[in-house]
Amino acid sequence: MKILVAVKRVIDYNVQIRVKEDGTGVVTDNVKMSTNPPDDNAIEEAVKIKEAGKATEVVAVTVGEEKAQETIRKALAVGADRGIHVKVDGMLEPLAVSKILQKVVDKEKPDLVFMGKQAIDDDCNQTGQMLSALLNWPQATFASKIEVKDNTLEVTREIDEGLETIEINVPAIVTCDLRLNEPRYASLPNIMKAKKKPIEEIVASDLSLDVSPRLEQLKVEEPPKRKAGIKVANVAELVQKLKNEAKVI
Amino acid sequence: MAVLLIAEHNNKELRPFTLNAATAASQIDENVHAVIIGHNSAEAAKQLSQIPVVKKVLSVEAAHYENFTAENFAPVIVKLAENYSHIVCSANTFGKNLMPRIAANLDCSQVSDIIKVISSDTFLRPIYAGNAFATIKSNDSKKCITIRPTSFDPCESTGGSAEIENIESSEEFSNTKFIKREEIKSDRPELGTARIVVSGGRGMQSGDNFKLISDVADKLGAAIGASRAAVDAGYISNDHQVGQTGKVVVPDLYIAIGISGAIQHLAGMKESKVIVAINKDGEAPIFSVADYGLEADLFEAIPQFMEELNKLNTIQK
Repeated sequence: MKILVAVKRVIDYNVQIRVKEDGTGVVTDNVKMSTNPPDDNAIEEAVKIKEAGKATEVVAVTVGEEKAQETIRKALAVGADRGIHVKVDGMLEPLAVSKILQKVVDKEKPDLVFMGKQAIDDDCNQTGQMLSALLNWPQATFASKIEVKDNTLEVTREIDEGLETIEINVPAIVTCDLRLNEPRYASLPNIMKAKKKPIEEIVASDLSLDVSPRLEQLKVEEPPKRKAGIKVANVAELVQKLKNEAKVI
Repeated sequence: MAVLLIAEHNNKELRPFTLNAATAASQIDENVHAVIIGHNSAEAAKQLSQIPVVKKVLSVEAAHYENFTAENFAPVIVKLAENYSHIVCSANTFGKNLMPRIAANLDCSQVSDIIKVISSDTFLRPIYAGNAFATIKSNDSKKCITIRPTSFDPCESTGGSAEIENIESSEEFSNTKFIKREEIKSDRPELGTARIVVSGGRGMQSGDNFKLISDVADKLGAAIGASRAAVDAGYISNDHQVGQTGKVVVPDLYIAIGISGAIQHLAGMKESKVIVAINKDGEAPIFSVADYGLEADLFEAIPQFMEELNKLNTIQK
């Protein structure tokens, strides 16, 4: 079984986001960037499946600017075998990314495609589902447990009501929840080794796809700030305030 | 052209957020049609027809719709889409799973998780865990929109009498099989719609200690929430998680106990009307959004809180 894992470079989850004063977006200059957190879970799961002898190759793919290659290097350092970097300038909408990934899937013919359930920058939660629609493959979204059988996967999905288990035939798409596993850290020797692993570069404009934006971002602004509240001295005061001032209990 | 609302239901009745999505749909265009796809879901279809803002109901019935599989639902909507300018449903796990599959098949760039309808093509949505709001204009001829249910009030659920039209089902998608659903049943209010939410975090230290949270919740008639740290640690099940990748809640009162307040958690609760934080670390970021902060050891504060609540003559439900 061959597993393709899609990873995205985003502003690190610990960074305090600042909105640009001109309202065109958020500040990304000199800001720490990392792999989208649930994409780390996707790589980890693919590597674990390979280590268990149930996959033969793990290929990491990213769609993004020059520096997005860092996310591929990181994936290679934790066990992916090789990388594919589809180069584009600027941000693409999830629909465009899934069309590009479809081209990569057509070429690579993986049995499984993994990725994070959501990117923490645009919070769209679309790409995996869109890719499975374009391929007409089964989709297992928000996966918190994956069991690989012969030509099927049994996947436990986190849904609002609790947990759901489905069985999907390969080829299939899985989008990963943060609870799927605990991503490992790359060891120094593995980081060095990763530098020798091959990364294929594809220029998005060579794929003859229409990836032009359909959405216009008219404005990005700060959300309304909450007014700072007060500290209460003790529980009795708290309950009194909730009862008589806020009138919520 | 009209708006097509996708109803969320459990085959017996509508799920409550269908009413919030109906409100959003009616703000886009007053001509709202609603589609219900299910198995033996006639009663839910009838409920849908009684929503006053819904002008027409399309009902699609087949055994393979019993478990809401996106691979089975999407082709039905794609086929209906030619008559509609917008397709709308809630941005909960049902809609998040389904809508992108529809959008991609329609070659449409979806607008996810909107919190406001500015016009029929322009919407407000949070990005970066709610740390920025983006105004997005869609230039697609058809628009696929998911709405954040807690940002729209539920509409009236009775008084309407829309016509119910039966629509032919689509073929079954055979590569996905439903196996089971483990729903956690509870007599407490639903987390997404509760008036009061009491949440616990890593500070609870164990699953057993969550009993303290459930005691307070029961006393207040509240739902129970949790931070991701508490769910990851196994103190409580995933359906309680509040935050960027969990549920977004907007109760009248949110009580955060032993939760430090990572931005990913704040993303799920900071629009609550009144926020209380109980934490022994006075520097915890949760205090920056709390209306009332109590710097205290929760294992002392919760029993005292219960005692004070017991002294009250009445508690609003």
